[in-house]
Amino acid sequence: MISALAVEIPYWGQSIFRVIGGLVAVLLPAGGIVYLFLFKMMSFMQSRLGPMEAGPYGSMQLLAEVGKWMQKEDIAPDNADKAIFKIAPLVVLLSTFLLIVVVPFGPDAVFADFDTGVFYFLAVGSISVLGILIAGWSSANKYSLLGGLRAAGQLIAYELPMVLATLGVVIQAESMNLNRIIEVQNTGEIFGFGGLGNPFILTQFVGFLIFMIAVQAELTQAPFDMPIAESELVSGYMTEYTGFRFLIFFIAEFATAGVFAFIASVLFLGGWGVPFDWFGWSNIDDVDWWMNLVGPVILATKMFALVGIIMWVRFSYPRFREDQLQTFAWKFLIPISLANIAVTAILKVAI
Amino acid sequence: MNSVILAADGVNVAQNVGFGIIAAVMIFAALAVVTTKNVVHAALWLAMVLAGMAAQYILAAAEFVAVSQVMVYIGAVMVLFLFGIMLTRAQIGSETGLNNKSWAVGIPVAVVLFGLLAYVVLDAVEDSTIAEVELTGANNEATLEIADRVLSPYLAPFFGMTFVLLAAAIGAIVLARKD
Repeated sequence: MISALAVEIPYWGQSIFRVIGGLVAVLLPAGGIVYLFLFKMMSFMQSRLGPMEAGPYGSMQLLAEVGKWMQKEDIAPDNADKAIFKIAPLVVLLSTFLLIVVVPFGPDAVFADFDTGVFYFLAVGSISVLGILIAGWSSANKYSLLGGLRAAGQLIAYELPMVLATLGVVIQAESMNLNRIIEVQNTGEIFGFGGLGNPFILTQFVGFLIFMIAVQAELTQAPFDMPIAESELVSGYMTEYTGFRFLIFFIAEFATAGVFAFIASVLFLGGWGVPFDWFGWSNIDDVDWWMNLVGPVILATKMFALVGIIMWVRFSYPRFREDQLQTFAWKFLIPISLANIAVTAILKVAI
Repeated sequence: MNSVILAADGVNVAQNVGFGIIAAVMIFAALAVVTTKNVVHAALWLAMVLAGMAAQYILAAAEFVAVSQVMVYIGAVMVLFLFGIMLTRAQIGSETGLNNKSWAVGIPVAVVLFGLLAYVVLDAVEDSTIAEVELTGANNEATLEIADRVLSPYLAPFFGMTFVLLAAAIGAIVLARKD
């Protein structure tokens, strides 16, 4: 960030930059996803127009919705454990903000350049389970509790294939640093041809599929939406929430979708980079400073493409049954991802 | 724990202030774990203690250990605790009879344990202070060193540990299968 603008920014200035950048990187994708996919794509798939009144093509609908939620009364049920009931949505949103810290948006445009970036996002991603569990419990509602328990069971089950799918990438890139993973992909060559780089989606497509399925389940999007199954559990762990606390759950859901898609595009699609061959860069230190400005746009494009797939699946498929969901994770995804790791490791050593 | 000594020397003030604040929160949360009247609240206070521990590791520039702490304790152990509590007894509001009858015996044990740990740590560190850590992130020496140690001199105990986990997993399956 310092070298990008060729001015020395003091530590407090960098901190302010990082906080603002983090807010933008979480809220802007969330808003974009809700408008583009939830409002518009779903409507077109169902042969209707979606919101059209607020602003051109309903683009201001989101602000109207936020305004509506904000002015609703903040109700907690009589029997609820009030303090925990109120904290729970914030814990879920906190994990989203902690996740964005690790995403690299350019060669220098990073919030924190963790050596163990992959490990970090896998660890921090599990904090939201805590928030969902206590939200379900503190609502004093048996549907909420069931939803919370289902969510916990599902999130724990699908974290494992996610970790294992990521391991293939780590083995191939020989690093857990996300910027290094991007560098390896963009300096890679396919049989001596460097014009495309070597995005890991080509060599790790099994890992990519497993990762995306696991992300779908982690986000509790249909067909994995048993925790909030409206025909069985009213609205799962969110049943008792109204007003801005519901809004926070809602933002967290779509912001997390954005962050996970960011991470998936970093791991499998080459992240912010273009193949370094195009501009004659040989490694990440060579990359021109303007990549810090173009990089976020490239990354966001990939992110929206991936979220588009997630939402497409969400709107197309009916819900799994609870036992099918667990069977799918433990008996199908985990063995395949273990085999994927073994094959990757053997090829890595052999070639 | 090195930060305790750092405080005396007045080195690296910002880190020491952070250490003090987090330590105070952790002590408060730890006391709340044993005094609260609700099992779920106790579990959540415990989560806070463990999160504080992770924050302390970050302050000491041991990011790998910190992330492991979050992954193992907050992501797995606490979720398992809460899951277990909610499946069995998790009433809202205060409960009675949460205290073990012989809780008073625990206090001297805790004091002795604290004394022992404090002695060992102070004895090992003596007057040495840790150098100002370079928080650049990329190529953090400490992380590389952990990886090197685990995969070469400590490989055998590392493998041994995996067998413990395997045994636990098999045990869980045996217990869960009734037929």
